[in-house]
Amino acid sequence: MNDRFYFPRWANYLFPAALIVTIGVLTYLPLVLTLGLSPTTRAVGYQPTQPIPFSHAVHAGKLGMDCRYCHTTVETAAFAAIPPTQTCLNCHAAIKSESPQLQWMRTSYEEGTPVSWVKVHDLPDFVYFNHSAHVNKGVACQTCHGQINEMEEVRQDQPLSMAWCLECHRAPADYLRPREQVTSMSWDALASTGKNQAALGTELAAQYHVQSQQFMTSCTTCHR
Amino acid sequence: MSTISTTMTEPSQWELQANHPSERVPLVLGDNDFTTVTDTVTELALRRTPPMWYVAMAISLSLLSVLLVTITYLLVTGVGVWGNNNTVSWGFPIVNFVFWVGIGHAGTLISAILFLLRQNWRTGINRFAEAMTIFAVVCAGLFPGIHVGRIWYAYWLAPYPNELAMWPQARSPLLWDVFAVSTYATVSLLFWYMGMIPDLATLRDRSTTRIKQLAYGVFALGWNGSNRHWLRFEKAYLLLAALATPLVLSVHSVVSFDFATSQVPGWHTTIFPPYFVAGAVFGGFAMVLVLSIPAREWFGLKDLITHRHIENMAKVMLGTGMIVAYAYSVEFFTAWYSQHHYEQFVFMNRPLGPYWWAFWLMVFCNVIAPQALWSTWVRKRVWIIFAIAILVNVGMWFERFVIVVTSLHRDYLPSSWAMFSPTWVDLFMLLGSFGLFFTLFLLFCRFLPMVAMAEVKTVMPQAHGDHPPTRFDYQPSPDTPEELRRGHWFT
Repeated sequence: MNDRFYFPRWANYLFPAALIVTIGVLTYLPLVLTLGLSPTTRAVGYQPTQPIPFSHAVHAGKLGMDCRYCHTTVETAAFAAIPPTQTCLNCHAAIKSESPQLQWMRTSYEEGTPVSWVKVHDLPDFVYFNHSAHVNKGVACQTCHGQINEMEEVRQDQPLSMAWCLECHRAPADYLRPREQVTSMSWDALASTGKNQAALGTELAAQYHVQSQQFMTSCTTCHR
Repeated sequence: MSTISTTMTEPSQWELQANHPSERVPLVLGDNDFTTVTDTVTELALRRTPPMWYVAMAISLSLLSVLLVTITYLLVTGVGVWGNNNTVSWGFPIVNFVFWVGIGHAGTLISAILFLLRQNWRTGINRFAEAMTIFAVVCAGLFPGIHVGRIWYAYWLAPYPNELAMWPQARSPLLWDVFAVSTYATVSLLFWYMGMIPDLATLRDRSTTRIKQLAYGVFALGWNGSNRHWLRFEKAYLLLAALATPLVLSVHSVVSFDFATSQVPGWHTTIFPPYFVAGAVFGGFAMVLVLSIPAREWFGLKDLITHRHIENMAKVMLGTGMIVAYAYSVEFFTAWYSQHHYEQFVFMNRPLGPYWWAFWLMVFCNVIAPQALWSTWVRKRVWIIFAIAILVNVGMWFERFVIVVTSLHRDYLPSSWAMFSPTWVDLFMLLGSFGLFFTLFLLFCRFLPMVAMAEVKTVMPQAHGDHPPTRFDYQPSPDTPEELRRGHWFT
């Protein structure tokens, strides 16, 4: 077959085919990037089924309990404790003590077995997160955990990615509030203090001795 | 002047040169014209697969499978399967990496630097050399990839926006390596492929089956050799050559920075960048010789890859070998001149310490053996050049071994002194990397044009018939119609 090679007629269709593939790639890449960077991909909205349908909306919302009543160690320890069954019994020994919905509580208490709650905000173990450090410097529960007082069951409100952490560590003034207000779920800088967030945040950062950006973004602050 | 015939043996070429010192031995020997050159090269790609190829491929593939098995074992078990320890934490993988990257450099030197210097003899061997570059870079790229403990995070070396808000450290030469080697691989591949397009079109036009015609046709990208095609091709080729030249020099310099920017005595030396580049060209040319000497023999390419090519390569090897020898002596002089305790110790430890045998093997292979190439008698004998080239490859591997291991195993703190000995995984990976290299190289020899036909034709006298013949040019002697047709140029 030494005669000269000519592209066959069907080769004319290769150009539109190549065009379609190119357009496909050009739409595929942004799609993958968008999905990859979307908060949903990074577990925002994660809401596992808990062994017991405990309602924050009832306890923190309707009854207006302070966060620290159950999560006792949040101001003093790195880990914000999940309350033991005993905390439930403080009230439910007398209130609705016979309710069939609270059978789990009685079983847990009688048998001495803890409830296997499913962790919603699960950081990897190479991250050292300290709750007390944040709460004592005026970072509110609401800022990181969202509107917990309206959640029937807890879901993840923020991505908890490193970029998200660093956003605040680089500019903490945008998020700080007075220490007394950290557990409030409806605090507003302008309404409460008459100052805008930036001005108030800068003031509070100085007052609470919030560390320099260099310190707060150095590896050993979180990765120990 | 006597007629040069296809049956001419190598010594008579030498006589020819000796008798006429003002004339050069032609680049294409024998009774070749454009058609016969095309015939020779395309035949190699289009013929039935010779049985020996299957034998060679089987050997290469079994070596390649050794590589794959050891890599799997490494991934499953961890990097502790190597002989590396806390003191000598860079062992065979980095030695092999630098070795293979170095091998690759001669390819670009031949295709780019010799192109810029208008060295026409490059045309016979550049396709070989470029293929060798690509395959050596593939082997090289493998080692930094697998010597990291967590290979699955290797993509963190890429600067891409991510959910960690983290970027790679641009001050580490190991990151520069990533950019240097990946750029080098890309540019080499483009250069190789672009140069091959006219030849792929020739193969397409010569194809004997529909499948070959389509396969070569797709890769020839519709090349039809028009004036406009050639104009743009040559411009692009020149630009790529001009781009690849600084790339060659910088890539191996960057590789040398892995050592030179550290503070380890024996590594922290400003001479490393040019010294490594010279070593790369030295080892690379040795590898081109190791590949092209048997290839011209087996594939009947003696008229296209002539003795002059081999001799020129041997001369480049000798020249760069002398630069390397100079660098060795400068290192020793500097160590003595520095009055620096640690530096002096390192350069006592190399020839006299526990790895003395590696050092002296290196000196023998890289400095002493190539000296034989000064002799015309030696340079006339292709297989002696072949043997020296193999020694140089061994020597250059040991050069990297000496630099990496002897500098690390005894440095500042005597309490951290240790010995390095490779495990079977180390050795099999080195062996296996040759399997990868030769598998790719055999595929190249089987399916692609081994000699750049289009370029060789431009250096044949037939391509320069548009000016009156000179004494150096050709004298047509149309004694017979056959001779007239074939162009009996050398009389």
